Amino acid sequence: MTNPRGRFGIHGGQYIPETLMNAVIELEAAYDRYKEDPDFNRELTELFNEYAGRPSRLYYAAKMTEDLGGAKIYLKREDLNHTGAHKINNVLGQALLAKKMGKTRLIAETGAGQHGVATATAAALMGMSCVVFMGEEDTRRQALNVYRMKLLGAEVVPVTTGTATLKDAVSEAMREWTSRISDTHYCLGSVMGPHPFPTIVRDFQAVISREIREQVMEKEGRLPDVVLACVGGGSNAIGSFYHFIQDPSVRLIGCEAAGRGVDTFETAATIATGRLGIFHGMKSYFCQDEYGQIAPVYSISAGLDYPGIGPEHAYLHDIGRAEYVPVTDEEAVCAFEYLAKTEGIIPAIESAHAVAHAMKIAPQMGKDQVMVITISGRGDKDCAAIARYRGEDIRE
Amino acid sequence: MSKIHQTFESGKAFIAFITCGDPDLETTAAVVRSAAANGADLIELGIPFSDPTAEGPVIQGANLRALQGGVTTDKIFDLVRELREDVSIPMVFMTYANVVYSYEAERFIRTCREIGIDGLILPDVPFEEKEEFLPLCHQYGVDLVSLIAPTSENRIADIAAEAEGFLYIVSSLGVTGTRSEITTDLASIVSVVRRHSKIPCAVGFGISTPEQARKMADVSDGAIVGSAIIKILEQYGRDAAPEVGKYVRSMKDALR
Repeated sequence: MTNPRGRFGIHGGQYIPETLMNAVIELEAAYDRYKEDPDFNRELTELFNEYAGRPSRLYYAAKMTEDLGGAKIYLKREDLNHTGAHKINNVLGQALLAKKMGKTRLIAETGAGQHGVATATAAALMGMSCVVFMGEEDTRRQALNVYRMKLLGAEVVPVTTGTATLKDAVSEAMREWTSRISDTHYCLGSVMGPHPFPTIVRDFQAVISREIREQVMEKEGRLPDVVLACVGGGSNAIGSFYHFIQDPSVRLIGCEAAGRGVDTFETAATIATGRLGIFHGMKSYFCQDEYGQIAPVYSISAGLDYPGIGPEHAYLHDIGRAEYVPVTDEEAVCAFEYLAKTEGIIPAIESAHAVAHAMKIAPQMGKDQVMVITISGRGDKDCAAIARYRGEDIRE
Repeated sequence: MSKIHQTFESGKAFIAFITCGDPDLETTAAVVRSAAANGADLIELGIPFSDPTAEGPVIQGANLRALQGGVTTDKIFDLVRELREDVSIPMVFMTYANVVYSYEAERFIRTCREIGIDGLILPDVPFEEKEEFLPLCHQYGVDLVSLIAPTSENRIADIAAEAEGFLYIVSSLGVTGTRSEITTDLASIVSVVRRHSKIPCAVGFGISTPEQARKMADVSDGAIVGSAIIKILEQYGRDAAPEVGKYVRSMKDALR
C-alpha cells in the first residue's frame, strides 16, 4: 500500500481519515482505467464540445493592448463556457467518471457558487442527485448562484461552522463523504485535497492550455511570453499553465487574492503570507497561525477566499517555475471595471485579479511580446457585490 | 510492550476523550483527575484544531470554545506536566496533523516524551502517510495509534500488523458523535485484526450508554467515549468534573 504517487515535490499526499482511504483508492483505480480509454475520452470530448461549447475562444484584446501600450494581449475566454466558468471542464470529467464507477450522487463544495452550479448542471444532465455545501456567508454574497443550483435540482446546504466560507464548505463536504461513500462521489472543485484529486482536476482543466497553445500558434506562430491566471485552490491556473510547464520561455504567473493587502490579516494570499502545513488532505502552503490553526482568510472574491493552494502550485513555486503575486480587492475591482469598459467583457471578480496584474506588467513588455490572460469566468454573479463595494445598493 | 498496551492487560478498558481547554484548562485538569479517579484506564487529550474534519458538531463545538478561550499547544503541554504530578494512567494526544507539523514534528514528539504523553492519535494521517511522523515516534518512544474504519476491508491486515499501543476501531461511517445504533459488524473486523496482531482493539465513535459500551467491549478490548463526555461539559461547564466522574464510573462498571 505504499504510495509513491500523488506528490509534487514534497507537496500533496493523502492526509485523510482512514474511512475515506478505500474511496480515494477506488477513485484512482477508476481514473487510471478510464483516462486513456478511447470511449471515455470520446464521450468527454463530445460533452466538452457539444454541451459546454468548447473550444473556448482565444480573443485578441485590441483595445486593451493599445491602451496599455505594451504586450499583445489575448484573453482565454473560459467565461464563455456553459455555466459561465472553467469549472464545467472538471465537473463534466468527474461526473462522467463517477457515472462509470456506478455512483448515483454527487456532492461538492463551492465558494463563489460557480463550481456548485457546474456540479448541479452535470448532475441534472446525467441524472444524478446532487448536494452542494456552501458557506453561509457565501450564500449571502452569491444568492443568485444559490438559486441557480436549486433550479438545477440540487440541494444547497449552508455551512455555518468556522468562517462560513469555502474552507468550511470543503470540511463539511469531506465530513459528508465519510458518512456516505458507496453511492456518492465527492466532486472536488479545485486542484487540491488528497491524491488523486489534484491530478484528476488538473488533467480535466489542462484542456485550457492545450487549446491556448494551438490557438496562439495559429494566430501568432509562436508560444506566448506570459500566461496569467488567478489562483485560489488553483484549478484554472494549473489548467492554463500545464501544457507550458516544459517551455521555460513562457512565464507563468498566478495571481492570488490579497484582500485588503498582504500586510493585513484580511488576506487570502497563501504564497505571500502562508507557510508549509498539512490540511484538507494535502501538504502545501496554508495561511495559519504559529500553532497551525488555519487562518480566517478574506477576499472580496468568494472563489479565491481559501487559506491554501493546490500542491502542484506549491511545487511550481518551490522550483521557481511559476510566479505567484498578490492582487488586492481594490486592484481587482478596478480591473473588473476596466475590462468591462475597455473590451465590453465583464469578468468574474476572481479573473479580474489576473487582469489587474496584467495591467501592471503589460506596459513594461515589448509590443512584439504576447500575453495570455485566462478569464476563468464571467462576472454577472459579482455585479451586486461590486456595486456594494462602490457604495451603490442594487437589488437583484 | 508499551504502557498503553499494558493497560489492556487488566480487563476491558474505558477510554475517555476530553478536549483540552473546553471551557478552560483548569476544568480540563479537574475533569481528567475525576475521570482517572473513577476508573478511566486511558485519557485521550484533544488538542483543539480550527478545522477538525473528522469531528461531528459536538466535538467541533468543543474545539471552537477551547480556541476562543485562548488555549495553545504550549499551554496544553504545561497542563500535562501538572497532571503528571499525580495522574499515572496512560495519556495520549488526539489532534490533527497540522498541529504537530506546524510545531515542528520533532519538537512536538520530543515534548510528548518529556511530559509523559504515551501516544498520538492523528485521524488525518492514514497508513500511507504515517512515515511523516512514525520515525520520530519510534525515536522518542511515543506510540502512533492507527485507526481502522468500517470501510477498511482489505487494509485491516496491513494496518493491524504494524499497529502500536492500541488499535482504534471506528464503529461507524461518518464523523464523531453519539449514535442510537451501531450496525457495523465489529466482531468480524476484530477477528481479522486478531489473525494478524496481538494489538488491543478499542472501539470508538457513537458510544454513549453503558449498554453500548458493554456491547462494544464484548467484541473488543475496550470502549472510547468522546462526544458524550463533551456534552456533560457543555451542560455543566466549570462544574463538570464530578458529573464526568459519575459518568465514567457508570461506564467502567458496565465493562467490569
